[in-house]
Amino acid sequence: MTDLADLSIAEAGRRLRSGEVSAADLLEAVRRRATMSEAQLHAFLTLDTEAAAEAAEAADEALARGEDHGPLHGIPVALKDNMVTRGVETTASSRILAGYRPPYDATVVERLRAAGAILVGKTNLDEFAMGSSTENSAYGPTRNPWDPERVPGGSSGGSAASVSVGSSFAALGSDTGGSIRQPAALCGIVGMKPTYGLVSRYGLIAFASSLDQIGPLTRTVEDSVTVFEAIAGHDPADATSYRGDVPDVRAALEGGVEGLRIGVVQEFSGEGYEADVEEDFRRVVGLLEGAGAEIVEISLPSVEYALSAYYLIAPAECSANLARFDGVRYGLREEGASVEQMMAATRRDGFGPEVTRRILLGTYSLSAGYYDAFYGQAQKVRTLVARDFAAAYERVDALVSPTSPTTAFPLGAKTADPLAMYLSDVCTLPSNLAGDPAISVPTALDRSGLPIGFQVLAPTLGEPVMFRVARAVEALAGFDARPGLATSEGAA
Amino acid sequence: MSWEAVIGIETHIELLTDSKMFCGCRADAGAEPNTNVCPVCLGLPGALPVPNERAIEWTVTLGLALDCDIAPRSLFHRKNYFYADMPKNYQISQYDVPLCADGHLDVETEAGGRRIGITRVHLEEDTGKSTHLGESGRIHGSEASLLDFNRAGIPLMEAVSEPDIRTPEEARAYAAELRSIVLSLGISDAKLEEGSMRFDANVSLRPEGDDAFGTKVEVKNMNSLRSLQRALAYEIERQTRVLDDGGTIHQETRHWDEETGRTEPGRSKEESSDYRYFPEPDLVPVEIGEDVVERLRDGLPELPAARRKRFLALGVDEDGARQLAEDDLLTGVFDGAVAEGAEPRAASNWLTGEVIAWMRREGRAPEALTGAHLAELVAMIETGDVSSTAAKDVLGGVLDGEGSPRTVAEARDLMQISDDDALVEVVDAVLAANADERERLAGGDTKLVGFFVGQVMRETGGKADPKRAGELVRERA
Amino acid sequence: MPVDIDIAKVARLARIGLDAEELERYGAQLGDILEHAGRVQALDTDGVPPTAHPLPMVNALRSDEVEPSLERDEVLAQAPEREGPYFRVPAFLEDEA
Repeated sequence: MTDLADLSIAEAGRRLRSGEVSAADLLEAVRRRATMSEAQLHAFLTLDTEAAAEAAEAADEALARGEDHGPLHGIPVALKDNMVTRGVETTASSRILAGYRPPYDATVVERLRAAGAILVGKTNLDEFAMGSSTENSAYGPTRNPWDPERVPGGSSGGSAASVSVGSSFAALGSDTGGSIRQPAALCGIVGMKPTYGLVSRYGLIAFASSLDQIGPLTRTVEDSVTVFEAIAGHDPADATSYRGDVPDVRAALEGGVEGLRIGVVQEFSGEGYEADVEEDFRRVVGLLEGAGAEIVEISLPSVEYALSAYYLIAPAECSANLARFDGVRYGLREEGASVEQMMAATRRDGFGPEVTRRILLGTYSLSAGYYDAFYGQAQKVRTLVARDFAAAYERVDALVSPTSPTTAFPLGAKTADPLAMYLSDVCTLPSNLAGDPAISVPTALDRSGLPIGFQVLAPTLGEPVMFRVARAVEALAGFDARPGLATSEGAA
Repeated sequence: MSWEAVIGIETHIELLTDSKMFCGCRADAGAEPNTNVCPVCLGLPGALPVPNERAIEWTVTLGLALDCDIAPRSLFHRKNYFYADMPKNYQISQYDVPLCADGHLDVETEAGGRRIGITRVHLEEDTGKSTHLGESGRIHGSEASLLDFNRAGIPLMEAVSEPDIRTPEEARAYAAELRSIVLSLGISDAKLEEGSMRFDANVSLRPEGDDAFGTKVEVKNMNSLRSLQRALAYEIERQTRVLDDGGTIHQETRHWDEETGRTEPGRSKEESSDYRYFPEPDLVPVEIGEDVVERLRDGLPELPAARRKRFLALGVDEDGARQLAEDDLLTGVFDGAVAEGAEPRAASNWLTGEVIAWMRREGRAPEALTGAHLAELVAMIETGDVSSTAAKDVLGGVLDGEGSPRTVAEARDLMQISDDDALVEVVDAVLAANADERERLAGGDTKLVGFFVGQVMRETGGKADPKRAGELVRERA
Repeated sequence: MPVDIDIAKVARLARIGLDAEELERYGAQLGDILEHAGRVQALDTDGVPPTAHPLPMVNALRSDEVEPSLERDEVLAQAPEREGPYFRVPAFLEDEA
């Protein structure tokens, strides 16, 4: 019999409503899984056990009264620790925020609560979401449930590892250059980045404001839809929040791919791509074609420059976004004879090397005399990338690519070489520059038994077709493996 | 050599909106410390700004009053620098596309009229306030500082003049005129001593007749029109001395010290600032349509310069015209009174005298006073219904909301005794009660008229017409 | 494109107190990254407008209405150092910009 912790949200919801299980049972199941896996994985920074137990109890009572808050009612959900939670420590994995208890909740936190979700804890990430391996956490790395010697990807590595192993049913992550999709791919789950502006950023500790977007990590595409529906929608507290209606993503979910034109991005292959990744990608494209999709070769010439543009824009925005961490109002303070020295000492000790590197990079590229050559030029490249995508979507309904050139790599393999680490996001970051939605779906294991992700990209507000293609990929690929850490309990 | 001063003025003006620029906190810097604060204006992690629409419209309104062009599409930028009372360590401001640009302001000095160009008017957010602990209470030599963020995020306009100003007098006239305009628009309380309106001046000298600019010095910390004028006079003299001695001027910021009457160098970073402006990614552009511009233009009140001209033509003196023109409400009362037939100079004298004194004393606007009231009061004095002494009491009652002048005069029993018979009775009684003085008066000692009028006024509780009482005393002594 | 970086100035602007060894290390890393990122300069972007934002939105404004502020004690509870109703910091060396 399947352990409760391995169910999809959809299935857990059916059992909850049939009275077969309670919210307290679901919470107990993910807790057991956490107890078993956390020592090895370190997916969580904070487990909010008491509040979660109370919330589960309240969810059961509500349901008993006939009060049903929807498909997330009673479902244990984890939050990446860069989303603020009132009174619950929120650090963004940085030493500079050690012990910080925010006085307010992020909008997504309020929305999850309103949808009846049980918030189980705060997951580990690369400090301030800067990284692709979750090794840049001031509180130690998270490990991959499929192989604890390897990274879970990042920066939402804690969220991905938790959903993968079953210590939560779903988690929220944030995606600035691939930080939801890449760890989802490396952990064998579904990770989705919505159209920029569809999910409120209010209460998300900013990395790069014009690129950041919150999205769900789940085990199935349908669950991704469920969480997306709960968190999307206009928020007057976020001036960049989209004011129109959230597209209907459920109606066409099972529509299949027959008659759809799907573009294969030429630039996302070749040097740096592992053979198993490329081979499985071709296999799934074949399955889509077999299911009636028309496959079209698409070239996005400017994506060659997307990585460079990204590494100018994101650090520039982060250099300003992280200026507020200064030891004055909250968080870490190191001693200094003057307020200026106090700030410099606090920021030196409070930020890890990757964060320091990006702040310096961004400060430089915005400074007098360099703005036009670096930041200004990068913003123009951003226009070109968006134009390439727009031109492609004149010809096709959706684009597909591998999510990441590689499967999970060993801890420490890329930490000494920032540029090699940055290449991990080469397939994912163009959608952030364009503001478009994209999703990663697990399709197979490579020869080492590590999951491979398949990415579906769609135009702005194209979530309906993106989810539809993703659901077809999920059904066609038939990936149903579970990581060793999750199944070892089943055996026990 | 003969030097010409080149002066440009940057004016920061706090807006009187209810809420702050980017959040819903009350825009009240004077509240209990750190009570008007929230995640946004404290720069807490995750918080996001949303601009205050009224602050944008008011900035455009000032721009229109200064004949500026209004940008159809305007952007907010981040201005990056570290300062402990600025919560995000960047200020949301405007950079290359401000809301308003390219306007002008006409000023009058004894030397004549000048048109001063306005480079731009833009919108930004204010910082918090720091109190420096230690002996001097100043920034240098203090041990620690205390921070209050109530002011952080209050909407702040910055109006930048072209370097068109040539003398300290002109600078003062420019600042005074800008302040009058802001007050007449009702968008700021523009209190210089409290810092809700602040001036920074850039000053340089060049040989008379040259077109090129000299090295400029920024002068800060002038919190009255008088200190602005004094500081500039001092700074021009200082630079003249340096240049005459063959020295060079360094680009720097200097602070005006009111007590010593000098400008002193500030203690800033050794390298020049690099604010790393870039478009604020948490905000989207502001577009101001023609319809909005027209609506705001239609809503502009008559501006102070035009008002003053009109008041002077009505016979109001210069001081009175200036004081009235600065205040929308007083202007309204004045215009109403004149429309009701009041003599303009008399109406103006009451407003700039008693009414303004009452406003200062009470610290509030004279909302109960209407033009009709003032006209009635002036008429009552003319017809002798109230004495000018009693009229002050009557006005006090009107300002306190007790009703029209006639109502107040009757309720307070201040109507002048216009009935000669009644007055004759009092005069006779007073003459009878002071027989010695009456003898002397009858004997030609006219100085005693005053004594008897005084007695009559006392007996009538001030309601007698002193002039008529004097006549009666003479007649009947 | 080789990049010449005054890393000490950059660190001062970013207000991060790095020592000489750290400055040198970060300076070298920044040089490498910028050499790669500087490839964007090879692209001809004449006449291409910059994209500051992925969504073509304007006028996301709020009306001038007062909303509740935070409780002062909750705010000051997070302060590294407080004094009465204030945040307390060491003395300022520099004047405001």
